[in-house]
Amino acid sequence: MDRLSTNQRAAILSFVILVLGLFVWEAAIPAQKAASELTEYERLTGGGAPKAGVPPPSQVIVKAWEQLSDPFYDAGPNDKGIGIQIAYSLYRVLSGYFLAALVAIPIGFLIGMSPVAYKALNPFIQVLRPISPLAWMPLALFIIQDSNASAIFVIFICSIWPMLINTAFGVAGVRKDWVNVARTHELGPIRTAVTVILPAAAPTIVTGMRISIGIAWLVIVAAEMLVGGTGIGYYVWNEWNNLDLTSVIFSILMIGVVGMALDAAFGRLQRAVAYAE
Amino acid sequence: MSNAFLSIENLTQRFPSGKGEDLTVFENASFGIEKGEFVCILGHSGCGKSTIMNILAGLAEPTSGVVVMDGKEVSGPSLDRGVVFQNYSLLPWLSALKNVTFGVAARYPGWPAAKVTEHSIQYLAMVGLEGDTIHRKPAQLSGGMRQRVSIARAFANHPKLLLLDEPFGALDALTRGTIQDELLKIWSGTSQTVFMITHDIDEAILLADRILLMTNGPYARVAESVEITIPRPRRRDEIIDHPNYYAIRNHLVHFLATRSRELAGQQARGESNSPRTVRIDRLGDAKAEDSDDPRHGSHLRAVNQ
Repeated sequence: MDRLSTNQRAAILSFVILVLGLFVWEAAIPAQKAASELTEYERLTGGGAPKAGVPPPSQVIVKAWEQLSDPFYDAGPNDKGIGIQIAYSLYRVLSGYFLAALVAIPIGFLIGMSPVAYKALNPFIQVLRPISPLAWMPLALFIIQDSNASAIFVIFICSIWPMLINTAFGVAGVRKDWVNVARTHELGPIRTAVTVILPAAAPTIVTGMRISIGIAWLVIVAAEMLVGGTGIGYYVWNEWNNLDLTSVIFSILMIGVVGMALDAAFGRLQRAVAYAE
Repeated sequence: MSNAFLSIENLTQRFPSGKGEDLTVFENASFGIEKGEFVCILGHSGCGKSTIMNILAGLAEPTSGVVVMDGKEVSGPSLDRGVVFQNYSLLPWLSALKNVTFGVAARYPGWPAAKVTEHSIQYLAMVGLEGDTIHRKPAQLSGGMRQRVSIARAFANHPKLLLLDEPFGALDALTRGTIQDELLKIWSGTSQTVFMITHDIDEAILLADRILLMTNGPYARVAESVEITIPRPRRRDEIIDHPNYYAIRNHLVHFLATRSRELAGQQARGESNSPRTVRIDRLGDAKAEDSDDPRHGSHLRAVNQ
């Protein structure tokens, strides 16, 4: 056992936990009684109908196989493949997110560079930041009058704060020495911002971006449950209305997997811009 | 004095102390540096050496007074004045080479990338950095190597004036010695004018043509300008045998130990505080013995400007 690396041992342990978890889940689900064992009374009170219960993992795996082998089928408004639903959600998340980055990073730069701008904008940020993004939904629906754009707006508004605050924090914290290096090399404000302040603040900015994408992915599910039509959030709610709990569990797992992939992508970006002092 | 290459005229720096009265760090400091000269400034902490350095670099504004370099008044930082900071100030996300090309590209915006790289590699080689080392990030280099990169970055830009702010302060004694030698080597190949802050008397004697001595603050001033009458090229193991070495060293130690304190706190009252030139030479002028400082016997000749 000692000859295995830490990673190998961790992988074995993960696998054991997975198998144990699935086993406990499978075993915890009461078996349906066979019709022949029912008493007269039970048969008369409807005991013979299959009970709606939490599906066992074996059923979820079968469902996952079914869905993942044809993820992009489209059989009408309420019957689309999981791939299409996730694509819709990703499209909304990424458009809202990048719009937010486009606004948050320049304003964060400004706030970080200028104490006056920081003090002037800070009260607004402090009031707007704690608002639950879904609280904007009615207002967005009324003003924008388009459910898809409203969902994007909600993503925009929830992604903006961590990026804005981290950018400002990172830019304000750039070491004076490095700025002095730029000054003694006669770099103009734009070149200083691009060649010194941006790389110096990049780790903090990307941390903010990583937090934002995580929040955006959390919020899109709830937002799509409200606006409906398409997307993974709508899919979960639709399957609940269909009482198809197997699909609900499968889509919950898919939300987790996509969220993990998004986070991993930003984790890579974070490593790429990191530097040791 | 005003026709010197670099001339500091009536420089005064006051900071608000918070109690209503301003704290005067130094007042009416005036001195000059000739082209190609290597000048060190010695003084206790708090006498305003670093403030003078920042003013010369253009990173700070004096309360009053002017700095004139090459006939032009200094205002704001410029590529004509290169700075080597005590903490190296390398950009940690760039490799050693990129840190140097960063400077060269800013200095010579018209150069093609290949020429910038070639020039940078050449200067890194001059401070003893070659091969794979130059592609490492500063975090992967030792303190001595980092300061070498910083020196290469400054020299590669051919500034008219090179400012060194205690460049070896954070290094151990052995590394310091090696890099001092490298600094001497690279300096003697150029006609670079250098102004350097140091705490180390032996370092100052080894490197400088002239040492400026500062009294303690507040109201610090540059009291003396001591010529180093030891011929170049100098080697650390040879100069200690030179007859002038200990005479100069003793003079410096006396100044820093006692006189810097005795002379402290004298307000200028509008006068310009030019340093007194001190020349100590046990070989040349045995007959010029008009010393006004009995501690140094007949070997000190003071000339009031």
